[in-house]
Parts: sequence; structure tokens; C-alpha cells
Amino acid sequence: MSAWFETALSAADLLGLFGHFLVLSVFAIGGAITTAPDMHRYIVDEHHWISDAQFTSSIAIAQAAPGPNVLFVAALGWSVAGPLGALATMFGTLLPSTLLTLAVARWGASRRETRGVRAFTTGMTPLTIGLLVATGWLLAAPYATDRAHAIGAIALVAISVLVMARTKLSPMWLVGLGAVVGALGWV
Amino acid sequence: MSTEPAASSEALLAVPASSAELFFAFNRMALQGFGGVLAVAQHELVERKRWLSRQQFVEMLSLSQVLPGPNVVNLALMLGDRFFGWRGALSALAGMLLVPLVIVLVLTAAYAELSGIEVVAGALRGMGAVAAGLVIATAFKLIGTLRTNRLGLPLAAAFSIATFAMIALLRWPLVGVLGGLGSLAVGMAWIRWR
Repeated sequence: MSAWFETALSAADLLGLFGHFLVLSVFAIGGAITTAPDMHRYIVDEHHWISDAQFTSSIAIAQAAPGPNVLFVAALGWSVAGPLGALATMFGTLLPSTLLTLAVARWGASRRETRGVRAFTTGMTPLTIGLLVATGWLLAAPYATDRAHAIGAIALVAISVLVMARTKLSPMWLVGLGAVVGALGWV
Repeated sequence: MSTEPAASSEALLAVPASSAELFFAFNRMALQGFGGVLAVAQHELVERKRWLSRQQFVEMLSLSQVLPGPNVVNLALMLGDRFFGWRGALSALAGMLLVPLVIVLVLTAAYAELSGIEVVAGALRGMGAVAAGLVIATAFKLIGTLRTNRLGLPLAAAFSIATFAMIALLRWPLVGVLGGLGSLAVGMAWIRWR
């Protein structure tokens, strides 16, 4: 990774990168991660700016670091073209969705009591909850299939669910517990 | 410390004092959020700060779910906008992203050296497993809001289970599930709200 600045793209390529992420942002329903396959196609397959392994590790780093997972987009941009690349991908990703969210939030807030908005929130709430369970399930799945550590990992997931649901303890403590248990090689 | 009913009753909600408070609150949430911020956001916004009831939280989340962009980022924007308009929205967004962005970029730069260390890899695995548990627990906490859902508990629960099965087991694309099943659920709710 000593070549961050050497891989810096031309202004036209940076603009292209920005534009591509700008377009993807509009389709990123369910989060930026849902458009990761197309980012891979553009950055790795089409332009060969970074390798397959660099692409995957950028996502893993953002998952492991604190903060929203969307920051994997910044890690990708950095790998492609250093600081300017990170700026291009982050602004491209956030600009359209931010403007749209604010517009819709204001439109919805002024009509909160209307039948249409009520029907929308009433109907979508059960899906939101199902989606949350599905997300947790998909995040946990890789641990449960790793035979060497499955029991420890499943126990850790179960303890996290129980402690969070039953107490008001800050999630920080559980994350700390996970880090210690993991460093000891139990999960 | 708040009691359980206080956390879900709209009458006892609090309000942030300033945009600066929003910035620091979202910064705190983001820095606690390993493997995603949603579970922490529910804990902080509903149980600790009491800026939202569980009902309001799940409504805002439902809306951010169908909009493009990261759910927690959309949630931060909506909450900030609701209290302090544009300035609030940008304060919440900056709080959520600025410091974590620096951390991610530093880690990206240092990754080559760190990834070989077994203890680090193990710690990351453990934190990942906890992150999965936190998301599932967040869902369990919000299940209570289905009891007052106008669709009725059995039908609402059926929609939740169907969504879980389509996404987690059948691995169908999210846009199709939200568009298809979501339209059906909203359509039925439309009839019930007459």
C-alpha cells in the first residue's frame, strides 16, 4: 500500500469515479452495500484500478471499524486514488441520497396524519422488523458455518441478543467482550 | 434511569438542546457502532436520550429503509432536520461520519501490516459476532410495536416472517421484496385506515 499517491487518477477519471458513485447512490436502496457488485464491476473489472483482494479488504476494514458501514465507499476511493478518490466516492454516494431523504422527510412530516402516510408506515413497519432479523441472520451466518469456532460464536451471538434485549447496558461492553473473547481465539 | 414505559411513551420524550448536541450525540453513536450503528442508535435515541419513542424510531427507520442511501445516515439526517432544519441535519450527518471516516482511512493505510496478526483477526471476528447479535436484539425490541399495528398482530407478524424468509433464506433482491411485499402490506394498511 505504498503507492497511494502514485495511483492517483487523472481529473477526467476522478470525475468519472464521482459520476459513477453519484448514479449508484440513487439505486442504493437498503444501503450502499447493495450496489457493491456494480462498484466492483466498474473499479476492478472495467478499469483495473485496484485488485480483487484490495476491494474485499476495503469492505472488511469498514465493517470492523466503528461507524456506519457506508464508509467502505471511502476506503475504496482511498485505495483507488488516495484522499481525492475518497472524497470523490464519498460525495458521490452521499449527495443524491441526502437531498432526496431531506426532501421526502419534509414532505412526509407535513402529511404525517394523512391516510397515505399512515398506510405507508403501518404497512412497512413489519417489513422493517423482518429485514432487521434477516440482516442479523446474514451477519451471523459465516460464524455458524465455521466448524472450529461455531459453538463459541453462536453463544456470543445469543449472549449479545439476551443482554441487549433484557438490560440497558451500553452495546460498547458487549463489543469489548467480543474483542477479548475473539482475541483469545474462542470464536 | 428511565423505566420501560417511559422509553416508549411519547409524552415523556426529550429534545436536543442544540445542533452541537446533535453532532456529539451522533459522533458518540458512530464510535460505538462496530459492524453497524443501527443497534447503538436505537439504544441512544430511544432509551438513553429519549429523543424518539420506539414507535417513532421504527417509523423513521421504515422510511429510511425504502430511500436510497445508508439507513443510519438517512435516520441521522431526518432526526437532525426535524429538530433544527438544515443545520441540524448537517450536524447529525457530520457527527456520524467525520471521526469514523478518519479512522477508516487510517486503517486502510495500515491494513497490510495489521491483517497478518492473529490476535487482531480474532478480535475482529468476536466483534463481528456481537454485531450480529446486536442487530437481532434491535429487531426483538421493535417487535412490540407490532401489537398496536393497524394490520393486526397476526397479519403484521406474517409480513415480518415473510420478509425475513425472502431476504435471509431465499436471498431475493431487496428492491423486489420491498416493492412487491411492501406494496401489498401498504395496500392492506390503506384499506384498514379508512
